[in-house]
Amino acid sequence: MLNLPYFCSSKFYLLATLFSKEIYLYWYELMKLIRQFELISEEKYKMEGKIRGFYHAYVGQEAIAAGCISATKAEDLFITSYRDHGLAIAKGMSINSCMAELYGKATGCAKGKGGSMHFFGKDVNFYGGHGIVGAQIGTGAGLAFAEQYRGTDNVVLCFFGDGAARQGILHETFNLAMLWKLPVIFICENNNYAMGTSVKRTSNVIDIYKLADAYEMPADTIDGMSAEAVHEGVERAVKRAREQGGPTLLEIKTYRYKGHSISDPQKYRTKDEVEEYKDQDPIQKIKQTIIENGFANEEELNSINARVDEKVAESVKFAEESPWPDDSEVLKDVYADENYPFIID
Amino acid sequence: MARLIAYREALREAMSEEMRRDERVFLMGEEVAEYNGAYKVSQGMLAEFGQKRVIDTPISELGFTAVAVGAAQNGLRPIVEFMTWNFAVLAMDQILNTASKMLAMSGGQINCPIVLRGPNGSAGQLGAQHSTAFESYYANIPGIKVVSTSNGYDAKGLLKQAIRYENDPIIFMESEVSYGDKMEIPDEEYYIPIGKADIKKVGRDVTIVSWNKMMKVALDAAAELEKENISAEVIDLRTIRPLDWMTILESVKKTNRLVIIEEQWPFASISSEISYRIQKEGFDYLDAPIRRLTAADAPLHYAPNLISLALPDVARTVKLVKEVMYQNK
Ligand SMILES: Cc1ncc(C[n+]2csc(CCOP(=O)(O)OP(=O)(O)O)c2C)c(N)n1
Ligand SMILES: [Mg+2]
Repeated sequence: MLNLPYFCSSKFYLLATLFSKEIYLYWYELMKLIRQFELISEEKYKMEGKIRGFYHAYVGQEAIAAGCISATKAEDLFITSYRDHGLAIAKGMSINSCMAELYGKATGCAKGKGGSMHFFGKDVNFYGGHGIVGAQIGTGAGLAFAEQYRGTDNVVLCFFGDGAARQGILHETFNLAMLWKLPVIFICENNNYAMGTSVKRTSNVIDIYKLADAYEMPADTIDGMSAEAVHEGVERAVKRAREQGGPTLLEIKTYRYKGHSISDPQKYRTKDEVEEYKDQDPIQKIKQTIIENGFANEEELNSINARVDEKVAESVKFAEESPWPDDSEVLKDVYADENYPFIID
Repeated sequence: MARLIAYREALREAMSEEMRRDERVFLMGEEVAEYNGAYKVSQGMLAEFGQKRVIDTPISELGFTAVAVGAAQNGLRPIVEFMTWNFAVLAMDQILNTASKMLAMSGGQINCPIVLRGPNGSAGQLGAQHSTAFESYYANIPGIKVVSTSNGYDAKGLLKQAIRYENDPIIFMESEVSYGDKMEIPDEEYYIPIGKADIKKVGRDVTIVSWNKMMKVALDAAAELEKENISAEVIDLRTIRPLDWMTILESVKKTNRLVIIEEQWPFASISSEISYRIQKEGFDYLDAPIRRLTAADAPLHYAPNLISLALPDVARTVKLVKEVMYQNK
């Protein structure tokens, strides 16, 4: 049964206790950390202007990061779009280097060269942070090609949005990935909007997982507000990919509480709609499960919260005290060559 | 009579006026209709023209550009809005391999009257993938024309011209950071011919050529120089291809010095082409080497200090002008 395409695993939260106390507490702390990181950095953006450029929050989508990270191993590679803070942090990138990157400081995870949209952490197998919608669908398959070529059992988790699913590259890549049975899990984080365009306005096929059909690629839809469901669905796809069974498309249904980016007035949706999703907040749900199962009490969770708050506050301090990139960095990291002859007039 | 309106409104007026005139004209692009434009250029156009003519697309640049290119070949006059020119790269195949070559390949039978427009170049701390200035890429292509505008007045006249009278593919470049700039726009209808540069400030000592938002740098530098009794003539190219080198040459005949300010990367840029043309046609008029300020020969990084260093600015323009006047140090 588990191999059936389109097997919807969204009911799996009923099996919550299949996961250990440790996993729950780990999920809770990770999701809290991602959310706090974004709440504070958004404040630094809006109130103090210390962060600039396009900034896309992951708030509401954290259960995806949590479930994906617990269902994979450190050697597995992640690649995503510009909405990258949550997955970067989940992969284990230091909060300090992430905050410093938002500030554009030399100590940032990309030396202050990338900003919010371009977090990278090769040491933790986080391959970014990409700004051209859909591009990483193909690049992610390429990362997987290299793993297959070298004969490892590592897999690639390749994330993209519902809007990105309408780019032509998806089809070429799906075909190649099935043809060569690449170890890649295509994860469509369907938050129902591409900027101001709802999914139903972008296609005749609004169930994105069905796009796998044409290539006979296994596919599944998952409740993205549940870390358990995400873990379960991803684990199955990962197992298949590790055993040379090729790619899977997972459509994970989620929701972004914030606008597309900081400057989005959000006239395309109602406040009620947003509130409805906030009612099934993934962090609240995990918290409830933890309490109900006696994995921790309010007090213990509060001490986790305090630890998270402190970590994020420390990252702000770190970012603010860090230096700007040196002027010479303008022409650095452009070529691998040490002495490339740049045109300087 | 004239009204003070923003650059984005001038663009909107150009499209709306031509759409009222000609049923064959329609607008297509991401977020142009219900969202009223990612940068509000097309605000209100869906309400006026309806879904048939103001069309939201999915994020499928290659696909919808191809559809527009096909529609242009079959009797319509599409306007395609790219959210920015960075994303039009996905559609480059249709622009370069189809649109620009249709007339030639079909032996003159099938043309492609399409206007492809959107904001171009850097717009603050947007990182490497959202900051490229594309004039030199498109200007290299025979079969298309390239317009890059610095203000609302020019943009309106040139866009109307492109939509109504041009029968070739037009690349039309704007700037996100200029969309709010206000300017007096005449009430009367007007058109500006493509291929004509405009002298934005008359001067006698040095010629500064620029276009799009770098015109601000050029004009601000000219104002600085004026304080030091250096009189710069500032030319806004407005059209990149065809290049109005005659206007530049005429100016250089008077000033004998030429400085070009652009946001392109330096290799094979617009300034490279201008420099070649002017040294060939006006060698005897030059009293100093032609000089330029371009973007740094690197992707644009995110950090604000690296951006300041990478893009042309007033201080460096002033310094460069003084160098060609042999007034430095
Ligand atoms: C090729 C391309 N076209 C357009 C854009 C502008 N853009 C940035 S994000 C976005 C919406 C993408 O929505 P979706 O894929 O659903 O991802 P989400 O933002 O919801 O995570 C658009 C149109 C872009 N960056 N790249
Ligand atoms: Mg989306």
